Formats: sequence, structure tokens, C-alpha cells
Amino acid sequence: MDNSITENENRPPDNIGASLRKILFTFMKIGAFTFGGGYAILPILQREIVYRLKWVDGGAFMDILIITQSLPGPLALNCSILVGRRLRGTVGGLIAALGIVLPSFLIILLLAAFLLPVVWNNEFVQAIFYGLRPAVVALVAAAACNLGREFVKDRFSLGILVLLLAVSLAFHLHPVLILALGALLGLFLFRKSDPQK
Amino acid sequence: MSFLLLLNLFWSFFKVGLFSFGGGYAMISLMESEIIAHHGWLTPSEFIDIIAIAETTPGPIAINSATYVGFRIAGIVGSTVATIGVVSPSLIILLALGTFLMNTIKEPRMGSIIRGLRPAVIVLILLAAVSLGKTGLVDWATFAIATTLFIFSTLFKVNPFYLIAAGAVLGLIFYPY
Repeated sequence: MDNSITENENRPPDNIGASLRKILFTFMKIGAFTFGGGYAILPILQREIVYRLKWVDGGAFMDILIITQSLPGPLALNCSILVGRRLRGTVGGLIAALGIVLPSFLIILLLAAFLLPVVWNNEFVQAIFYGLRPAVVALVAAAACNLGREFVKDRFSLGILVLLLAVSLAFHLHPVLILALGALLGLFLFRKSDPQK
Repeated sequence: MSFLLLLNLFWSFFKVGLFSFGGGYAMISLMESEIIAHHGWLTPSEFIDIIAIAETTPGPIAINSATYVGFRIAGIVGSTVATIGVVSPSLIILLALGTFLMNTIKEPRMGSIIRGLRPAVIVLILLAAVSLGKTGLVDWATFAIATTLFIFSTLFKVNPFYLIAAGAVLGLIFYPY
């Protein structure tokens, strides 16, 4: 099976000796100790996969990052699948996905099934969630601002942002429709500009 | 628990996985439209609590939320089905379509599409912030907590985990007991 993705990926893997069990446990460790989701997971992934285990080199890791950022799905999951796939083909990709998912899955199950039902009516737990809710609102709003600072740098991007925001506030569009409109506008507006960025 | 419910659960989270461009926060809007608006599986208040739980536990938010929502709706079977649903699009795209898709991504036209998707993703996240705000900001204290943490997050780029921890502490202090 052809595992190559880009030019950098066509080079043979740096470490072919990665066993499926090693792949599973490595990604389970990464999944269990990364708090804060997506972008927080990347430096840890890089440290383990590139520097410590030397499973992929820096260039191939960059390629993997670029590819996953333009595809749907959780970033950490997509990166793991591509690293696993590179090491041991489709089975490696599946095992890496299982590894990254399993710790979250088990922790959430324990919480939902055993811990939360017991403590939910406790006044202090209610107080904690009273503070967690505005924290979530802050994080989500901040994520929008940080992404805006990073990606909305030209007038076309800003135009798409303002237009879609106005239309969706006025008509309550389905999220998928908002994405489709963005893709369509991008296709027309960015046709003549540099294809690189 | 009916087979149809599980099928709906799988399909809902499959869509969430398939259309979640730009990381965890973008899929909040999608999950809202599927879980609250379309199926009425959770109340807005339960939903914001799930996001909070997903932020405090390790792993990608999308996976944490899928597991939790699945459990609330249909127990352990439900959480398994929802989690498989949310990871399936990634597995299919990266493992099955693989090389074909990778070559498509390098097309200049794909670059244009992605540049148009980015502002759309930001709109989705803004909308998610607004609707979560309606549930989470109930008095002056919660409004102040949100404003403070927002400033810390945008100006100092503090890791979300610490901001969530700060939210918990501030909640314990300011809760109207």
C-alpha cells in the first residue's frame, strides 16, 4: 500500500521498527496527558514522535500538520492517524486513532457514569460549574479572536467574515451552510491571488 | 434504547466530525444544531456543562463531548456509538481516501477554498460564543469572570486548562450560595 503523502513523505520511514503495541501505548500516553485540546497537543506530539522516538523527521511532521489543518476532524486525532499510517500502514493508523481516543473515552465514561451522578447535587460542584460556564464562554470567544488575528489579514477574508456573520445572525443558517458559503466565496475571491497562503 | 436512536446518534456525530474544520471550537455550533436544535437530546445548560467537562479532561474536545453526550443519551453503548461516529470521517478520509485526497489538497483551488473556510469557521465560533453566553452569563459575577478570562486568553495566550481551573475557583468564590 502506498503511504506517501507529499514529497517529504516519499522518503522511507525513519523508524520502521515501531510495533503496533508501541504505537498504541505511545498515543495513549499522549492522549492521557494533554489538556486543552487541539493546539495544546501539538508540541507534545512533536516532542514524542519527532524528537524522542524519531518516528518521523521534522519535515514530514510539518507536512502532516499542514495536511491536517486543511481537513475536517480533531487535529490531534488526524495527526495521530497520519503518523500511525506512515509507520505501519492502515492498521497503524487505526491503532494510533484507538490510542489517542481511548484515554479520553475512559475518563469521560468514569466521570459520566460514576462521579458526576454522585456529586452533581452538591452545592460546591454547582458553584464550580457556575464559574466554569463563563470560563467556557471566554475561551470560545477568545478562540474566535485569536483565529481572526491569525487568519483574517486581507480585506477579502474580512469581507467574508462580516458578510457571513451578518447573514447568519439575520437568518439563522445551518453551520454546514455557513461553511459551504465560505468555501464558495473563497473559491471566487481568492482565485487570482497567491495559491500558497 | 432503540436501534434508530443509535443510528441517529452515529449519524449526528459523523456529521460533526465531517464538518469540523479548524479544531474543537468550530464544532460547538455544529453540535448545538444537531444535539439541541435538531434532536432536543440536551438542554443548553447541559450542553455548556459538557463543553466545560470536555475542557477539563485530557484529549480532543470533540471526542470528549461525543463520549459524554452519547452516554447521556444512551449509556455506554451510546457513548461508544457517538465516539466512533465522530472519529469515522477522519479515519475514512485519511486511511481510505488517503493518497487521492492528499494530492487534491495541493491543488491551488483547494487553497482558495480553505482561505474562504477560515473566516466561515471564525463565524461559527463567534456564534457558538454568543449562544453559550446566553446560558453561561446569568449575572454580573459570571459576566465579570468571562470578561477577565477572555482578556487573559487573548492578551497572554494562557493555556485553556489553567483558564478553566481559574473559572472553577472563581465560581467557588462568587457562587450565590
